[in-house]
Amino acid sequence: MTTTAPGDPTTASPDGDDRSAPAGAARPVGGAAVAFRSVVKRYAGHTALQGVDLDLAPGELVALLGPSGCGKTTALRSLAGLETVTSGRVTIDGRDVVDVPTHRRDVGMVFQAYSLFPHLTVQQNVEFGLRMRRVGRAERSTRAGDMLDLVGLGDLGGRFAHQLSGGQQQRVALARALVTRPRVLLLDEPLSALDAKVRVQLRDEIRRLQRELAITTLFVTHDQEEALAVADRVAVMRAGTIEQIGSPEELYAAPATRFVAEFVGTSNRLRAEVVDGRVRLPGHEVAAVGSPPDGAAWAYVRPEDVAFADRGLAGVVEGVSFLGAVCRSSVRTGPETLVVLDHRADERRPVGARVALAFTPASVAVAPLD
Amino acid sequence: MTTLTEGARRASSVRDGAVPTRVRRRPAAWWGLTPFALYVVLFLVVPCAIALGTGFVSSDGAPTLSGLAALGDPVVLRAFGSSALVSGVTAVVGALVGAVVCWGLTALRPDGVVRSLIDSAASVLAQFGGVMLAFAFTATIGIQGVVTQLLLTRAGVDIFAGGVWFYQVPGLLLPYAYFQVPLMVIVFMPAVTGLKPQWQEAVATLGGTARQHLFRVVVPVLAPAFVGSLLLLFANAFSSYATAAALISQGSQIVPLQIRAALVSETVLGREGVAGVLALGMVVVMVVLMTLYSLLQRRTERWQR
Amino acid sequence: MTGRSTVARRAALVVVGAVFAVPILAMVAFSLRSADGTGHDLGHWRAIVDPENERAYRNLVEGVTNSLVLAGASAALVLVLLVPAVVLVHLRYPRLVRPLEFVSLVPITVPAIVLVVGLAPVYSVVARVAGSGAWTLALAYGVTVLPYAYRAIQADLASTDLRTLAEASRTLGSGWLRTMALVVVPSLRRGLLAAAFITVAVVLGEYTIASLLNRVNLQTALVQVSRSDPFAAVIFALLALLFAFVLLVVVGRVGSIGTARPVLPGRDRARRSRTAPRKALS
Repeated sequence: MTTTAPGDPTTASPDGDDRSAPAGAARPVGGAAVAFRSVVKRYAGHTALQGVDLDLAPGELVALLGPSGCGKTTALRSLAGLETVTSGRVTIDGRDVVDVPTHRRDVGMVFQAYSLFPHLTVQQNVEFGLRMRRVGRAERSTRAGDMLDLVGLGDLGGRFAHQLSGGQQQRVALARALVTRPRVLLLDEPLSALDAKVRVQLRDEIRRLQRELAITTLFVTHDQEEALAVADRVAVMRAGTIEQIGSPEELYAAPATRFVAEFVGTSNRLRAEVVDGRVRLPGHEVAAVGSPPDGAAWAYVRPEDVAFADRGLAGVVEGVSFLGAVCRSSVRTGPETLVVLDHRADERRPVGARVALAFTPASVAVAPLD
Repeated sequence: MTTLTEGARRASSVRDGAVPTRVRRRPAAWWGLTPFALYVVLFLVVPCAIALGTGFVSSDGAPTLSGLAALGDPVVLRAFGSSALVSGVTAVVGALVGAVVCWGLTALRPDGVVRSLIDSAASVLAQFGGVMLAFAFTATIGIQGVVTQLLLTRAGVDIFAGGVWFYQVPGLLLPYAYFQVPLMVIVFMPAVTGLKPQWQEAVATLGGTARQHLFRVVVPVLAPAFVGSLLLLFANAFSSYATAAALISQGSQIVPLQIRAALVSETVLGREGVAGVLALGMVVVMVVLMTLYSLLQRRTERWQR
Repeated sequence: MTGRSTVARRAALVVVGAVFAVPILAMVAFSLRSADGTGHDLGHWRAIVDPENERAYRNLVEGVTNSLVLAGASAALVLVLLVPAVVLVHLRYPRLVRPLEFVSLVPITVPAIVLVVGLAPVYSVVARVAGSGAWTLALAYGVTVLPYAYRAIQADLASTDLRTLAEASRTLGSGWLRTMALVVVPSLRRGLLAAAFITVAVVLGEYTIASLLNRVNLQTALVQVSRSDPFAAVIFALLALLFAFVLLVVVGRVGSIGTARPVLPGRDRARRSRTAPRKALS
């Protein structure tokens, strides 16, 4: 299990794009620092969280990624106060919040579905949190209106929830959560119930808003593409623990465990030999990520790092899928080995053709045989 | 290009070989719908028309509006008033107690045994009790009733000291309430279970307390369903006959008993017209109530989606 | 929900339950009253099965028999007439769904006491055609149970997505009749059973139409008996209520078989089952 904190040299990607949050730099005050320390959550007969340690820097967006039942939603709800923790600490800005009830934690939350109040208009829904804080009518109206404009629903204030599409409803939910300027924003699979195209649109908007308002955000999802696209850092969870935390690039290029390698993105899993920190793939030798022990191991190679070549691992093309941006071919190289590679459409080979494959990754993640 | 036309040609050849289905379709539908439609016409539409129409036909068969004058008869008006009173009181009591029971039921597992038993008991009492509830209450607070006797012998209280009210209109209140409460549970429960847990959690994250959730979300959301159910309870009591007929063997203090008197009476010919007029009056009330109910129901369902 | 409110809710149920048990318990206590009114014994219960009293209870026996016949006939009517109509409308003529729903609500708006005013002339015709036996009431009962039976079938229909099954069956080569027999009816087993049982319960409890059309059924016989022997009336009422209760419990449990979802560990899965279906593009 590798954890990286923001500000570590490995977090910043080589071309220094704006993904990494500069730790401690002067930022507009919007977010709090959040910390989970050895958080354990036990239900009768089932442990949902088995000692979770996680830090969120102010203004950072961290995605909790994992399959159903891994505990990511439980972790989020513990931060919201909707679940109690069995042991461990959850702190916001250094203060332990175990005794603070949900309605005093100053967190904003967006649920997966069904959370808008059906008897109130969109405007009234957004004003609800301000009403709880006893903000005056004029100010409420202005702030809610501004927030609705920000999410692109400026003229829908008079509508009701059932008159809106799924994407619009989630925008209202977002506006409602953000209008009170909470210290922390919690998103519980906000896009999972939406259509694919809407999902992509909305996730970009969430990211834009989050950056603009610099709110510390915890984003729970089971969709790895979503997590990679949206987050500053991603924490991959399985069975109640965090298997790896890092920037999306790190997780993709250097998965620390077999689960992470297989969960994040598509991977080919090949038998390989590790000698002296280098991995021997058929016809190719490559540096290994980390320092695995010598011996036989599984090596993970991404489809984009495999190509048709004149010489290399021999195989027969079994299937070709046109995916728009790339073509994905599957090549059978052994009785139980099917290698998947991505290439341009004009490089395709017909089904049944004998081909040779070359592997071209800069480095390769490795996991022990078990 | 070629592949597309090839495919089309192949598909059409299959179609030519298949049995054309259009001719076969009509008979099947005919056999399914027509008998039912015929049945509904004969035993629902026609009786309704007759029931509502006899009020407008005089004893020698000529159409007339004079029958409607019966609705102005003070006896009839008093019957409508009593019906309304009994229905109103038991509807309110039933709605309030029923709502409390619904709230209590949320503490049970929805697929558990206890919940099944309660649902079935509610169904039996609400819809099929009728005559048997009259007996139940006679055995409880009738003159020889168990509770009556207990109060008399143990506590020295004679509940009939001021007169035997049990076989009059006041005696209907308890048995009616007994089937109104279960009916409320049946009708109102879907709205209560339709309250989404996300609303409570959203209120909490937005800074609201449990009380604010109750008054700002639960009450406004349940209000249309509550009022709609109340109307349904009123309509149910208003149109109820069996319990009253079993308890009040002679007398027509409420509208259904008036209709009984009109149908059974052998004294005056042309009395059927009165039954028709009474039926008409009752249906008017029911239509108003059911229309309001369905309007409120539509709003409730919209919010439950 | 906090633990405290769960206790309060259960307490409320217990209190209301106790109040509602009183009349039932009173019926039992009443029926156990001894002949001289002082103690309690099974005298009245024994009197019912005593062959000596057979003559006094003849009316009751006739009522019970008639009601059972009526229950069967009405259930058959519902299954033969209503079910095909409901299925056909939902599968083939979706535009008729609203009118059908409206028709099923009419018997609620036009209650039995009103309907019977119009049924009397209709039944004089029926009597000429089919005699004046009690079983002819089944024709009126089919209408009275319409709201309940329709709802039972329709609830099952809604949860089964019958249209897809029927289309699958048709594309696999079976005609309409075979689709009905082999696919539709087996899929709607629960709803059909529920409709049949509810019909039986309604028919057993029906009084209004039977009494005002001068027929003998269980309820009219009960009222008749109560005038001379209130104890027998109370006993039979108890038994009838119990029978209807058991019937509906069976309906309730039968309905839940096949719909129970396995309880999965973890909140994520439990909450996913409440996820909204995919919404339209925004």
